[in-house]
Amino acid sequence: MAIRRRDFLKSTAAVATSLSLPRLARSAETASIYDLERFGNARILHTTDTHAQLNPVYFREPSVNIGIGEMAGRPPHLVGRAFLERFGIRPDSADAYAFTCFEFEKSAGRFGKLGGFAHLKTLVDRLRADVGERRSLLVDGGDLWQGTGLANVMQGRDMVEVANLLGIEAMTGHWEFTYGEQALRDNLERFKGEFLAQNVFLTEEAAFNDAPAFDKATGRVFKPSVVKEIGSHRVAIIGQAFPYVPIAHPKRFTPDWTFGIREEELQKHVDALRGTDKVDAVILLSHNGMDVDLKLASRVTGIDVILGGHTHDAVPQPIAVKNAAGTTLVTNAGSNGKFLAVLDLAIDKGKVSDIHYHLLPVYSELLKPDPAMAELIGRLRAPHVTDWSAKIATPDRLLYRRGNFSGPMDELICTALRTELDAEIALSPGFRWGVTALSGQALTMEDVLAETAITYPETYVQEMTGAQIKDVLEDVCDNLFNADPYYQQGGDMVRAGGLSYTCTPDAAIGDRISELRLSNGKSLNASHRYKVAGWASVNDQRGTPVWDVVGKYLRSGRMLQERLGSGVTLKGVDGNPGIAGQG
Amino acid sequence: MTTTTGAHPTRRLILQGAASVALLGLGNLAFAAPARAAANDKYPEEAFRQKGEADAIKALYGKTAEPSDKVKLDAPEIAENGGVVPISVTTTLDKVSSISFFVAENPFALAASYKIPDGTIPAVANRLKMAKTTKLTAIVEADGKLYSATKEVKVTVGGCGG
Repeated sequence: MAIRRRDFLKSTAAVATSLSLPRLARSAETASIYDLERFGNARILHTTDTHAQLNPVYFREPSVNIGIGEMAGRPPHLVGRAFLERFGIRPDSADAYAFTCFEFEKSAGRFGKLGGFAHLKTLVDRLRADVGERRSLLVDGGDLWQGTGLANVMQGRDMVEVANLLGIEAMTGHWEFTYGEQALRDNLERFKGEFLAQNVFLTEEAAFNDAPAFDKATGRVFKPSVVKEIGSHRVAIIGQAFPYVPIAHPKRFTPDWTFGIREEELQKHVDALRGTDKVDAVILLSHNGMDVDLKLASRVTGIDVILGGHTHDAVPQPIAVKNAAGTTLVTNAGSNGKFLAVLDLAIDKGKVSDIHYHLLPVYSELLKPDPAMAELIGRLRAPHVTDWSAKIATPDRLLYRRGNFSGPMDELICTALRTELDAEIALSPGFRWGVTALSGQALTMEDVLAETAITYPETYVQEMTGAQIKDVLEDVCDNLFNADPYYQQGGDMVRAGGLSYTCTPDAAIGDRISELRLSNGKSLNASHRYKVAGWASVNDQRGTPVWDVVGKYLRSGRMLQERLGSGVTLKGVDGNPGIAGQG
Repeated sequence: MTTTTGAHPTRRLILQGAASVALLGLGNLAFAAPARAAANDKYPEEAFRQKGEADAIKALYGKTAEPSDKVKLDAPEIAENGGVVPISVTTTLDKVSSISFFVAENPFALAASYKIPDGTIPAVANRLKMAKTTKLTAIVEADGKLYSATKEVKVTVGGCGG
């Protein structure tokens, strides 16, 4: 602990000389990185995509996060050094460790884990106390209820209790929907804040059958927005749920609801809040993903700030986007509880005149855990901890997931699927949640669940032709690299085990994937049938849950003898700063 | 996974579509107008047989359309179910006599065509089956000229969200 603290001191001093980040530059002592200069008259605190990580975690930011077309080289599509240079962050600083993959393993030892709700609670309370009563608001952008074994077993009920104690006043959702309507509604009964979603509507059939909705006239299933008094001003928070829930997940979870970006309905709603309700500021609490939000900000008018999530991009400064009626600021606040965003607004009658924004890393070494939250977390975890805490393997390498194409964690999962299910090829979803394990760190079932805990974990083994496999890769790749962000879904590329290929991200669908080869070096034959194993299918599957398959493989000890590896060769992206070591 | 579409489901949708026009736009005229439209117009069999969009437009109208921002086409960017994609068109153009939908990548591009009698609000909604990711075109015939709006609708295998 003492050594760590010294490291923080050293790093903040180093930043002070660079004068690059005003927040750190002012601080003589480490803990004062949380002393924010007072600004404006309303403070909004924003968390997003915590993925139910109750305790502090290691999470390595991506070394591959490519932007194509207009997005090339623009935030959030910058990694490593290019990211540090763009935002003026010293490479050896704690912030470099929090925001990028730069020298991750070395820095993990110096600066420790980030996040954890007890630490977050301490920070939230402090930042709210700084501005005084009724001067602040705490909102969450969704993916709060999913990402751990505990949240999965409790269907998110654990996180509702945690959210209530933390004081979340409004939220929207994504994975929240994958527990199904009944569990979602049960949780919302207990949630003390508001669940907002302007873009979720009843299907025509459900409306005809008189299914429950917040507003029968519009068919909106949930309340679209809430107006909060902050100081003497009225601030509207509009919720924007993940637009592609029934496409990215099995439709059986949300059979009565239809989603979408719903730009037009959003514009009408903003206009009504401005025109009829005469609010002073409009904030969109969004789970669109950053590229979608950047496009939306250029087309929808009247929104002051989009507080964004979904794509897990930790972007230190808002991006200003011009539109027909003014400018909208777009943020994205990272993932896994690593960050707390602080938006300070200077509001005049009917308008926001200026803002200050800080994306604060939640350094667990620098924050005392809040006792009440620590107690709650302990109580929630207690019934399950013993089942999941036995060490099942100690990998000799760093395991992380995040990255456009692959990561060693998913290489491990693919190898486990191929080995245990006796398949030539494995496919694993390109999720962006799932924490990082350091080399030599013992893994438990709880760690395995933190990579796999979803409500449709069943594995499958099926025969697919080479042509079908290529089609799947092309389809998912287009969800990632379509030149129009509205056609992207915000996940990463499906992970392929036992299969190597070349990807040309800026080509059109159908032309991105080439040179597919099996692990024995043979070319994939379009008409030949291959045995493919996978999990997280949108179709109904009946196989063993993936966590048991991975657990069994890890227990066997075979991983230590095998070389993991993925074989994705990239084409046409030389110099793209979305790849570490380039740009 | 998606399913492919043939000519028959499309025809069925046409019938459904005609019924929904009566509900949506005609109001008091609902009884008289469709009967007249049906009596005056031959079923455009040739147009429904064309594979490509351009050929279908030519067979139906014998002329080409110009893009217009007065044609408002609403369709999802990514279909939740390629088998039933909700689409709708409204327009501020005057003297509208017909509205048609073309799904470029379907086996037969013309999906539905509506005659719009005088005095009808030109607004139609339908659900179309789309075999795969496709360009969707809506054409409004107004005062003898053709106006169009297009949108790409993506049909995806799904999965793998963040």
